Amino acid sequence: MIRLEPRRQHSQAMVYLSPVLAIIMTLVVGGIIFAFMGKNPFDALYTFFILPINNSYGISELLVKATPLVIIAIGLAMGFRANVWNIGAEGQLTMGAIFGGGLALYFYDSTSVFLLPAMMVLGAIGGAFWGAIPALLRTRFNANEILTSLMLTYVATLFLSFLVHGPWRNPEGFNFPESRPFPDAGLLPMIFDGTRVHLGTAIAVFVVLAGWLLLSKSVIGFQLRVVGKAPQAARHVGFRQKRMVWFTLLLSGGLSGLAGLFEVAGPIGQLQSSISPGYGFTAIIVAFLGRLHPVGILFGGLIMALTYLGGELAQMTLQLPNAVTGLFQGILLFFLLACDVLTKYRVRFGSIAAKGRTA
Amino acid sequence: MTSITGDTGAETMTGAGHAQLEVRGVTKAFPGCLANDDISFRIEPGEIHALLGENGAGKSTLVKIIYGVLQADEGDVLWEGKPVTIQSPHDAREMGVGLVFQHFSLFETMTVLENIALAMNDVRDMNVLRKQVVEVEKTYGLPLDPDRHVYTLSVGERQRIEIVRCLLQNPKLLILDEPTSVLTPQEVEKLFETLRRLSAEGCAILYISHKLHEVKALCQTATVLRGGKVVGGCDPREETAKSMAEMMIGQKLTAPDRGGDRTFGDVRLDVSGLSLASEEQFGTDLKDVNLTVRGGEILGVAGVAGNGQNELFQALAGETEQFGAPDTIKIDGTSVAHFGPRRRRRLGAAFVPEERNGHGAVPDMSLSENGFLTAFRRMALAANGLIREVPTRSFADNIIKTFDVRTTGSGAEAGSLSGGNLQKFIVGREILQDPGVLVISQPTWGVDAGAASAIHQALLDLAAKGTAVLVISQDLDEIFAICDSVVVMAEGKLSKPRPMADVTIEEIGLLMGGLHDLDGTATPANDTLTTGGRVDQA
Repeated sequence: MIRLEPRRQHSQAMVYLSPVLAIIMTLVVGGIIFAFMGKNPFDALYTFFILPINNSYGISELLVKATPLVIIAIGLAMGFRANVWNIGAEGQLTMGAIFGGGLALYFYDSTSVFLLPAMMVLGAIGGAFWGAIPALLRTRFNANEILTSLMLTYVATLFLSFLVHGPWRNPEGFNFPESRPFPDAGLLPMIFDGTRVHLGTAIAVFVVLAGWLLLSKSVIGFQLRVVGKAPQAARHVGFRQKRMVWFTLLLSGGLSGLAGLFEVAGPIGQLQSSISPGYGFTAIIVAFLGRLHPVGILFGGLIMALTYLGGELAQMTLQLPNAVTGLFQGILLFFLLACDVLTKYRVRFGSIAAKGRTA
Repeated sequence: MTSITGDTGAETMTGAGHAQLEVRGVTKAFPGCLANDDISFRIEPGEIHALLGENGAGKSTLVKIIYGVLQADEGDVLWEGKPVTIQSPHDAREMGVGLVFQHFSLFETMTVLENIALAMNDVRDMNVLRKQVVEVEKTYGLPLDPDRHVYTLSVGERQRIEIVRCLLQNPKLLILDEPTSVLTPQEVEKLFETLRRLSAEGCAILYISHKLHEVKALCQTATVLRGGKVVGGCDPREETAKSMAEMMIGQKLTAPDRGGDRTFGDVRLDVSGLSLASEEQFGTDLKDVNLTVRGGEILGVAGVAGNGQNELFQALAGETEQFGAPDTIKIDGTSVAHFGPRRRRRLGAAFVPEERNGHGAVPDMSLSENGFLTAFRRMALAANGLIREVPTRSFADNIIKTFDVRTTGSGAEAGSLSGGNLQKFIVGREILQDPGVLVISQPTWGVDAGAASAIHQALLDLAAKGTAVLVISQDLDEIFAICDSVVVMAEGKLSKPRPMADVTIEEIGLLMGGLHDLDGTATPANDTLTTGGRVDQA
């Protein structure tokens, strides 16, 4: 019989090992699924996880995909640490794209060097605004932010859809539901020529460093952790939970908005009815995969980005449905949460009864 | 190994010659600690046997093994002379073991009878059960209306439900884990009467307590555990509380040194007309609370738990602010009732809550982070919004050194410390901030005797330096040991302060029962002295 036995102290080793274990188990289960679908599991896994990044272009695409994931996940992790569950990063991302992208459309013939910085600021404000609504509802009316932030996601995506079908549709675009292309001054400069790796990727690295400083070294990060781990202790020393709800929702909203702006001002270059393959939701997995730690999130972001690339390639070369991407992400989150048990418990083999009689 | 037999008591009732319960060489290891190491002892039918030991001595583990919650790694448990394997609490109850927990597991919004029915192994006809309950109550002098809702009951009455639950199963062995920690002295005496009656009928009783004078009054034999081992046995009736305490901790105890003549300075903590509705649904509202504590004075707030002590602590610590009435609390003359905890601390106040884990400290943060938690402002542990690592660590190291906190170092998680060591750390953290006013709730709750005496001495030393200390405690021994004067809290009201020198434990006991006017017409109802002044309607 297999038993779980509580550990006296959390295992630090397991904190870092459990994501690795989860990834391995995801690969095993993924291989089994591929086998059932009649594909050679080793070929399929190779296509999914190795082929996408065995050339420099593939790696650059990995960075492009990881950029929004990492930026969003850093913000979300701050909130998760404080028990503030912002599930609506996708909506905040969309709102950021609308706010920042709207500015680019308004000045569609601008050549000003200030246009792009202004778009970034407005993108962050748009996301923070969308995060402020659940914050207000939570602090004023005690409405659960999990529900409100999630529901606001659909409001935001439908609002974007309305804009590109209606008022912001490109007058010269043959009635396609797309905005005008952004002016050059409103597009992110590329870091490497011939790739789509843009300025946002560099900013993502900066966000990781800033997030680490905030979480591990700052007083406000300390407050976040205390509020999350021991709300009563936080109250005892006067760390106000409501303030943390506002701070984390504005921060994660703002970062999501920035990530959204980077998408439309980077790889996409205009507003479309769909601007994200669910980065805002995937970032939740990234945050947990990275142990809510900024450096871990950097790695988590790269791994999840790989599932997007692998999924695309699997569609093209193996004729597998796009759902395979979501399937892999789901399996990974499942195993990740399951493996977390091991940080607090150890696995023991042998039955209780047998132990009791060994006198 | 020492085997303590019941030969000191003459209560061996059955002629079978078998002990009701015998434990032989029981060993139980947890990762990183040997909780029980070759423990042997026996309890005869009708014997009242005390299990003594500091926190962490292995008492709870042993009880859990007897009650089937845990399984021993080695050793045998013999029931009426026959070896048994107790796989679960269900088995234990079936066999005839009853356990009254330290913390009650009752549903507040349900009636007494419904709560009892929920805990029975087999559900039966409610009317039959009611008759049985009433009968048990009558036989053992446990007045309790089966149809009262639990939230209307005092703590003592709630404990009676737990006892009635056990008695309904006709136990042959009743285990009580720290049963008197929430009772008034009068309620304790009533409980003892019940236990003596049970014992006279042949029910063995295993009594776990750290209140040694109670053990002395009730028990016929005792087994003393230290560090998971049996270190001896004794007849509590022939020992003193001090000699038993020394056996428990394995060293000589020194009484706290109160110093010579105590002189008091100006009023440093002034509470006047503080009224506050409780945030908890079944909490106690504070009603016109008045108290003053002078520099150098230790004022004790006695009272049964749940009479507004938590609300008082929260109001004083700033966890609940009084925006409408800033003058109701003053620290060194400054009105602070509308301030949050941080501004009060800046004025020189410090607070230690009752609950260590999750309230006074964050269990899965390191000691150095837990030092930072309340001290970062007064000890300047942060600069430019960033944590100053080196001073933060050395502050924690200083606490650990000054207050003899046994730990692997300032990097250890607070949750890995024993209760006594963590409490020493928390108290030390506040004392090293050199507070002008210290409010401390249950300073030695669940703390071993060694740590408790260190904490008491630290509080006395702090007061000697001119700090006003307010001690909220249910432990009357503690209040008598360190306080200069005492007020009693009952039903959210405070009695008038009395100097410790001219008040008796009985008087305090009556005040705890809610009788503020000792000279007035109110007299305690003879068998229904309940807390909060509520008198049974039944």
